[in-house]
Amino acid sequence: MTDTAAQPAAVATTPPDTMAWDSGLRRLMMIYLPLGCFVLILLFPFYWMTITSFKPNAELMNYKEHNPFWISSPTLAHIKHLLFNTAYPRWLWTTMLVAIGSTTLSLIASTLAAYAIERLRFRGSPYVGLGIYLAYLVPPSILFIPLATVVVQFGLFDSPLALILVYPTFLVPFCTWLLIGYFKSIPYELEECALVDGATRLQILRRITLPLAVPGLISAGIFSFTLSWNEFIYALAFIQSGANKTVPVAILTELVTGDVYQWGALMAGSLLGSLPVAIFYSLFVDYYVSSLTGAVKE
Amino acid sequence: MSVTTLPTLALARRQPSWLVRLFDYKPFLIVMCLAPAIGLLAVFLTYPLGLGIWLAFTDTTIGRKGDFVGFENFQYLLTDPLWWNAVFYSVVYTGIATFGKFALGFWLALLLNNHFPFKSLLRAIILMPWIVPTVLSALAFWWIYDPQFSIISYLLVDVLHWRTTNIDFLGSPWPARFSLIAANIWRGIPFVAISLLAGLQTISPSLYEAAMLDGATAWQRFRYITFPMMMPILAIVMTFSIIFTFTDFQLVYAITRGGPGNSTHLLATLAFQRGIAGGELGEGAAIAVSMIPFLVFATLFSYFGLARRKWQQGESND
Repeated sequence: MTDTAAQPAAVATTPPDTMAWDSGLRRLMMIYLPLGCFVLILLFPFYWMTITSFKPNAELMNYKEHNPFWISSPTLAHIKHLLFNTAYPRWLWTTMLVAIGSTTLSLIASTLAAYAIERLRFRGSPYVGLGIYLAYLVPPSILFIPLATVVVQFGLFDSPLALILVYPTFLVPFCTWLLIGYFKSIPYELEECALVDGATRLQILRRITLPLAVPGLISAGIFSFTLSWNEFIYALAFIQSGANKTVPVAILTELVTGDVYQWGALMAGSLLGSLPVAIFYSLFVDYYVSSLTGAVKE
Repeated sequence: MSVTTLPTLALARRQPSWLVRLFDYKPFLIVMCLAPAIGLLAVFLTYPLGLGIWLAFTDTTIGRKGDFVGFENFQYLLTDPLWWNAVFYSVVYTGIATFGKFALGFWLALLLNNHFPFKSLLRAIILMPWIVPTVLSALAFWWIYDPQFSIISYLLVDVLHWRTTNIDFLGSPWPARFSLIAANIWRGIPFVAISLLAGLQTISPSLYEAAMLDGATAWQRFRYITFPMMMPILAIVMTFSIIFTFTDFQLVYAITRGGPGNSTHLLATLAFQRGIAGGELGEGAAIAVSMIPFLVFATLFSYFGLARRKWQQGESND
């Protein structure tokens, strides 16, 4: 009797090595310490960017008298210079316009395409899906030279419209795949019911499928917005005049002048250019994570 | 009630306009739905891809329509030390950066797979390098790598006293190459970690329980359960990563523009320098086309990774 009673207690108090693994110091060394290092290294450039944009030039160039990791007299001079002495607001506006335009265009195109491939099943629909997936694997670095000649042919060179039309080439494949995955998760019976009740296909798409796919649409939308905000090589190759440039290109080509770099203004420009996506991101973190992993998984 | 509603419904159904009926005709609807996506991709992706391959066989320059010159561009590239240099650095860059991203990213994913407070907040913070425009974070790295005011040099020289001189990050070939690789790894870790974390969370805990009952050590559990189960998703994420690292442009263009002495040119930056900045469209296109064999290889790798995953999950290939 005592033996059997003692045994469970012994199991509970002297557990196998899994509990030892979880115990205090070891857990600290194996999990929290490396995690801390990762977070520190991954975030340091942003900290450095932020702190540089508010430092007066005297502090930026003098590490002997000022601790470089902190600001003793913060200043808004760099941001003021950026907003009032350069075309920065214009660049922000252009970038926003291009990002919203190309996101809208690719959302419409990819919703329709995903619906056709996943719901209006037809012979060859898997191959169309595969073709669109393969388009995702064609990197912009291969395309920008011939695309530049195409853009010139269309008379769109140096126009933001060129970017709005070209960005869907990498947004549509991504969004289509994401939305195919979402449409797959919506029960087909719902649509069958609607068909039996006499709804047309377009009514089904508008009234049933789309409302159920809203999380997928949001994921695809914010992802496209971020990708087009961050795009660089096409914007660099197709836009020449200073006023029409997008933020990433403009900072690199218009603000980097001469031999002495104005690091304060450069970092302030980078910070302001990153803020919209960072804010957007913080509002929709879960959608980002799900779209990122969803696109990779399927 | 039902008697009164039926006729109205029937009325509504009897007279739909021809437009509504056209849009309900399935083949027409399929064509209409696919048209925008396929049209955009055909005009701005497939056509330029073909045009790029054609341009690579011509001597087109900006403003002058070129003539067909056969393999002349490629023959020239084969004798061009700068092209060989770019191929060499592209391979080194892709190799080391991919290895670094996956080693550190996998480690980070394993760390994040544990239970601890503020986990979702941490996961959100970790994705930041991947969300922010690459060029803008590259500028921050450029400033961190500054020859005079580098914060890393400051740490090593003035705080830790490990060195007596500042590190010349971007002034000579090999340090510049490794500085760029470090920046690329920094940017790539979050994507790898979060994708792999999603894969880790799909592994059934019962496998680990069974292994622990059989007395498997932590290393054995990783080697014989985690790693094989992660193989398929690793293959896919790695293919994406290899393709986009090999064709990387932004980071190198923002930080070194191929310098010092053309030592850090990737194929993409070399293609830009020759094709757009130099105006030799034909030659630039040839450099871009020379990346294709490598990408085809990576895509096949992805396809077989995908096929293997379905087979492992016991699903049929659809």
